[in-house]
Amino acid sequence: MFDGLSEKFSSLFRNLSGKGKITESNVRQAMEEVRTALLEADVHVQVVQSFCDRVIEQAIGSHVLASLEPGHQMVKIVFDQLVQLIGPADSTLFYVDPPPTVIMMCGLQGSGKTTTCGKLALYLKSKGKNPLLVAADTQRPAAVDQLATLADQVGVPVYREDSGNGPVQICRRSVDFARANGRDVVILDTAGRLHIDEALMAELRQINQVVRPHQILLVVDAMVGQDAVNSARAFNSQLELDGVILTKFDSDTRGGAALSVKEITGKPIKFLGVGEKLAMLEEFHPDRVAQRILGMGDVLTLVEKAQQQFDAQEAEKMQEKISKATFTLDDFLQQMRSFRKMGPMKQLLGLLPGAGSALKDVDLPEEELDRTEAIIQSMTRREKESPDVIDGGRRRRIAAGSGTDVRDVSQLIKGFMTARTVARKLSGMSMSQRMTMMRGMGDGGIPGMTGMGHMGDAAPAKQHRLSPEQKRKLRDKRRRGK
Amino acid sequence: MAFGFLSKVLGQGLEKLRTGLDRTREAFLGSLKSLLRGRTLDPQLMSELRQRLLLADLGVAATDKIMTDLEAARKAGRVASGDDVLEFLKAEMKTYWPVESRELTFAAQGPTVILVAGINGAGKTTSIAKLSWYLKNRNKTVMVAACDTFRAAAVDQLTIWAGRIGVDIVKHQMGSDPAAVAFDACHAAKARGMDVLIVDTAGRLHTQDNLMRELEKIRRVIGKSIPNAPHESLLVLDATIGQNAIRQAVEFKKAVDLTGIFLAKLDGTAKGGIVVAIRHQLGLPVKFIGIGEKPDDIAAFSPDDFVEALFTESPAAG
Ligand SMILES: Nc1nc2c(ncn2[C@@H]2O[C@H](COP(=O)(O)OP(=O)(O)OP(=O)(O)O)[C@@H](O)[C@H]2O)c(=O)[nH]1
Ligand SMILES: [Mg+2]
Repeated sequence: MFDGLSEKFSSLFRNLSGKGKITESNVRQAMEEVRTALLEADVHVQVVQSFCDRVIEQAIGSHVLASLEPGHQMVKIVFDQLVQLIGPADSTLFYVDPPPTVIMMCGLQGSGKTTTCGKLALYLKSKGKNPLLVAADTQRPAAVDQLATLADQVGVPVYREDSGNGPVQICRRSVDFARANGRDVVILDTAGRLHIDEALMAELRQINQVVRPHQILLVVDAMVGQDAVNSARAFNSQLELDGVILTKFDSDTRGGAALSVKEITGKPIKFLGVGEKLAMLEEFHPDRVAQRILGMGDVLTLVEKAQQQFDAQEAEKMQEKISKATFTLDDFLQQMRSFRKMGPMKQLLGLLPGAGSALKDVDLPEEELDRTEAIIQSMTRREKESPDVIDGGRRRRIAAGSGTDVRDVSQLIKGFMTARTVARKLSGMSMSQRMTMMRGMGDGGIPGMTGMGHMGDAAPAKQHRLSPEQKRKLRDKRRRGK
Repeated sequence: MAFGFLSKVLGQGLEKLRTGLDRTREAFLGSLKSLLRGRTLDPQLMSELRQRLLLADLGVAATDKIMTDLEAARKAGRVASGDDVLEFLKAEMKTYWPVESRELTFAAQGPTVILVAGINGAGKTTSIAKLSWYLKNRNKTVMVAACDTFRAAAVDQLTIWAGRIGVDIVKHQMGSDPAAVAFDACHAAKARGMDVLIVDTAGRLHTQDNLMRELEKIRRVIGKSIPNAPHESLLVLDATIGQNAIRQAVEFKKAVDLTGIFLAKLDGTAKGGIVVAIRHQLGLPVKFIGIGEKPDDIAAFSPDDFVEALFTESPAAG
């Protein structure tokens, strides 16, 4: 479900990293993608605007401009900003002493209030509370019966009155009922109403005045579009909300309304409704929802893991070694290890936007990587630094020492020589060029390095970058070969 | 029914309709501010227009398509002012939704079956009540089928509506097989010589595979009981819905071969612009709009009114 946006972010990565350093115009260009992504996720037009302005300001003012991986850092800035804006994670409800604590639920028609009341009752029950559900929706036909059925399922009493009584009186009397019957939390299920319906909004204000609920929660359908802002603003200004519950989050909606509502009301999102079953109420985690809004899959996990594993200096040193061809089998081993520390290879590559689809069918067997490690470990220092010295006899010794075949050893060495060349070439390429190149490559070469055999056949293992002239010759040679 | 009573009811209905539409059109106490009147179509206005379309939930793709068309028309000298834009959009929307596409299809013979589906809380049951009332007032005999046997008190809800409006209802116990209810309803509608049978279904997310299969089954059973039925499969959309409605339309179309949209809750501040995106992608027409919670809060969809409403200032957004 995140495909569309992952794709967009791959291009964002490409655009940024292709240019080495990002400039202000890079940032602005990248933010266009973010802007579209947010709009497609239903974030309100003006909220999108202010969000992007904030990110641009932050990105330009920070060290991002000189950083090594501008794409990654840019994504991180966007993400962090989003998390900060839709957060904090605050699912606490507070309770008054003496009880009962009164919680009023309100919202538009069809947002899911009644079901959410049932869910909240179950949640409170699991926290050792004794809730009372109050049927104050006297508008919609059978709404009272619906709540009574849910109350029954949860095993919580329901307070209802004969039809004809108004919701204000019902709510007021329900609190007395709770006090007399030892119920410590009262949940008021009010009728859905339009925020521009003066009479019905006045009714809510009246309940608020007469009953003085301790907390007022707005129930919002996570699928709503731009209008989220209008209703949230109206409910908040007339009732002074304490929090928001977003429903229907089990759908594939991107849920941008979360950001709009938070921006407009400033009130925390407390819970998410994630299914029709009454147990399906989750505490709110801003990071998860932010990822969903951006449609980013797990790219951030990757960014974070990468950050933990490589510190920037280390990476820079490696980069330099690669481009200067002082890259040895030892370096390779070290890099492979730190890469593997991040998690199984395939999972890791799958996290990369764009790479997921490109590498979908590629097998990355972990045992082969183990074997590669073993082989390199069985080499002498000299062998690791200049693999050209490894003759037949040495190969046999290394194979015996690592418990592998001579063939494996030969393959690794050949692959490494090739890879070194390729790595040098890659280091001078943009992300998109790299992706195209990787995709075009077949099997062979170093196990687990998605094979670079074909390139190896074509490219001489020269110790410097290919000149345009050499590149042209290579191209011709390849063409003739076919 | 005495003629006097009928005309009074119809009169009230029309009055109601008018005020309902006024509400969508003018939104609030004359705070109608036209974005377009008396302005030339310059880059500034183009950019405001784009924003306006996005605010109406048309989504990026549909908005950009309209903006491209508009730009072409401007270059060709066909639109030059804000007022031209209004006319341009009205004409455009009328090509999206020609009048024939917006009319209900009736069976040549025997009961016409209208299957109603949508996600939870979209407004299905209420819209069915309105549609029953609408058709009853056009001298059709109407029966409703309570195929939402899942949601608490859903059968009660439809039963209350059927009683208020005065139409027949077929229902089973809560928790029973909805396809079986549909089957019984089809046979009852035939036996009682009903003109129209409207089938209420449980709200479901388009991502819930098993429930979508259940909906397919309901449709299959209807088709086996009455030839060419259902004659209409309507998707009820809440006008406040965002871009996810496109996914919904795609999936519901796959399951029950939708013939149109019932756009509910247009009496709020939302514009329901997502129907344009859905029209672009799936060619689905909008047939009715819901403009309140009472049986007569229903109107045939009008592209002209829809366009007018796009350029009406929302009071809360103002
Ligand atoms: N203001 C307004 N409210 C509406 C409209 N249509 C439906 N509603 C309200 O929306 C709420 C949900 O409507 P229902 O008809 O129960 O929706 P549903 O799709 O049948 O819901 P489920 O069966 O629970 O999935 C009710 O409170 C209705 O009164 C409308 O056009 N305008
Ligand atoms: Mg219903």
